[in-house]
Amino acid sequence: MCLAIPGKILSSEDLGLARSGRVQFGGIVRQVRLDFVPEANPGDYVMVHVGFAISKVDEAEAQRTYQLLAEMGALEGELPPEENQ
Amino acid sequence: MKYLDEYRDARIARALLAEIAQEVRGHWVLMEICGGQTHTIMRYGLDELLPKNIELVHGPGCPVCVTPLETIDKALELASRPDIILVSYGDMLRVPGSTNDLFTIKAKGGDVRVVYSPTEALKIARQNPGRGVVFLAVGFETTAPANAMAVWQAKEEKIHNFSVLVSHVLVPPAIRALMTSSECRVNGFIAPGHVCTVMGYEEYEALVRDFRVPIVVGGFEPVDLLEAVLMLVRQLEKGEARAENQYVRSVNYEGNLPAQRVVKEVFEIVDQKWRGIGTIPASGLRVRDAYGDYDASRIYGLASITAEEPAECISAKVLQGLKKPTDCPAFGMRCTPHNPLGAPMVSSEGACAAYYNYRRDLAVR
Ligand code: SF4
Repeated sequence: MCLAIPGKILSSEDLGLARSGRVQFGGIVRQVRLDFVPEANPGDYVMVHVGFAISKVDEAEAQRTYQLLAEMGALEGELPPEENQ
Repeated sequence: MKYLDEYRDARIARALLAEIAQEVRGHWVLMEICGGQTHTIMRYGLDELLPKNIELVHGPGCPVCVTPLETIDKALELASRPDIILVSYGDMLRVPGSTNDLFTIKAKGGDVRVVYSPTEALKIARQNPGRGVVFLAVGFETTAPANAMAVWQAKEEKIHNFSVLVSHVLVPPAIRALMTSSECRVNGFIAPGHVCTVMGYEEYEALVRDFRVPIVVGGFEPVDLLEAVLMLVRQLEKGEARAENQYVRSVNYEGNLPAQRVVKEVFEIVDQKWRGIGTIPASGLRVRDAYGDYDASRIYGLASITAEEPAECISAKVLQGLKKPTDCPAFGMRCTPHNPLGAPMVSSEGACAAYYNYRRDLAVR
C-alpha cells in the first residue's frame, strides 16, 4: 500500500489548483500530480505513490551510494565464487 | 527501470550478505515495519539468505491489515445504500468485515468502485453530482498527503457530494507501543522508507533515545533492505543506537514539507484503533472540524458502529512481530487469500499473505 515507484518527468503544467505532469515508468506514461515536488522539472526522477509524486529522487546521492555498493559487488566478483561462506 | 533494477543486482546483494556475515557476532532480532518490505524479504528469500543469528520479524505496517473492523463495517453499510458510490483502493475489497466484505456487496449490486488514486474518486464525484461519493481513505503517512489533497481540493472546488471515510495510522507511535510491550524482543528497526519520504526521520530520534534502539530508514528493494540490515548490525555490534538513513535517494531528514502542510491543514492527530492491536495513543488522523462537511463518519451519522474481532485469528500477535503467520492454526487451512479470516491474509503486503505466497511449505509441520 505504501508502494512508490520511480518515474521520469516528461512534461509539467500548472492547472490552477493543481500541478500535474506526464511521467514515464519504463515503457508506460501516466499523468501524475506534482503538487508536492515543486522543485522537480522535466528530466528529473520522482517517486510516485497513488498518483502523486512524493519525492524528487536525489540523483547525486543515488549515484554515490550505488557506486559504493557496486564496488563492493565488484570486489566480491574477484573472489572465487561461493567459497566458505 | 532506472532506480529499480539496479537495486535488485544479485552481485551487490551477495556482497552485502557476505559483509553482514563477517560483521555479525550476536543474535539480533530486527523488525521491518512496512508490509512492502516484508513482501520483498519473502519474495527474494532474504530471511533465508541472512546468517542464522539474524532473525527478521514483521511489523504492523500494512494499512489494509490494521484498518479497524468497524471502519470496514461502516464502509459496508455505506456501500449498501443506493444513493452512495463507495470508492476504494483495490486492496480493501476482500477485507472481511463482521458479516461481509465490499466485494460481496459489489457482487450483490452495490456501487463499489476501485481506484488507484484519490483524484479519481474526486472525478467520480464531479461526474455524479446527484449521488454521495465516499472515498475509503486508508493508509500510513505515505498516503495521507494524497488523501488530504483530495479533501482540500473538493472544498476549493465546492464539490459537495464528496466525502472521506478515514482510517489513517502513524508509524512512530506504533513503534513506541511495540517497544513498551513487555513481550517485545526487537533489537533494531528498519523504518519504512516511503513514510519517511513524507515525514522525514526526525521523529525517530526520540524513540532511539528513549529505548536505546537503532533505527535505520530503509528502501524496498533487496539491496536496500540488505544494506539497512548491515547498517543495523554495525550499530548493534558496537553497542550504538542512532537514527540512520539508508534510503537517501528518496528520504531527507525533514521529509516533504509541502506534503506535510496539506496533511496538517486537513487532518488532526487522534488516538486510533488498530485492527488486532487495539487503541494506540495519538497514532491516527481524523478530518478537522473545518473540513467536517467532507467527513463521511459525521455526515452519514456512522459514529456508533462498533465491532469485535473473530477469535481464531492471531493477527494481533503477527502484526506485533510476536508470532509468525505459520504459528497460526488457521494458516493455509481455514485461512487463505481466497478465503481470508483476517486482514493480514488479504493484502499482498500482509505478513500472512506473504508467507502464503512464498513460504507455504513451512506450514506443513
Ligand atoms: S493466517 Fe489468517 S487467521 Fe491466522 S493470523 Fe493470519 S490472517 Fe489471521
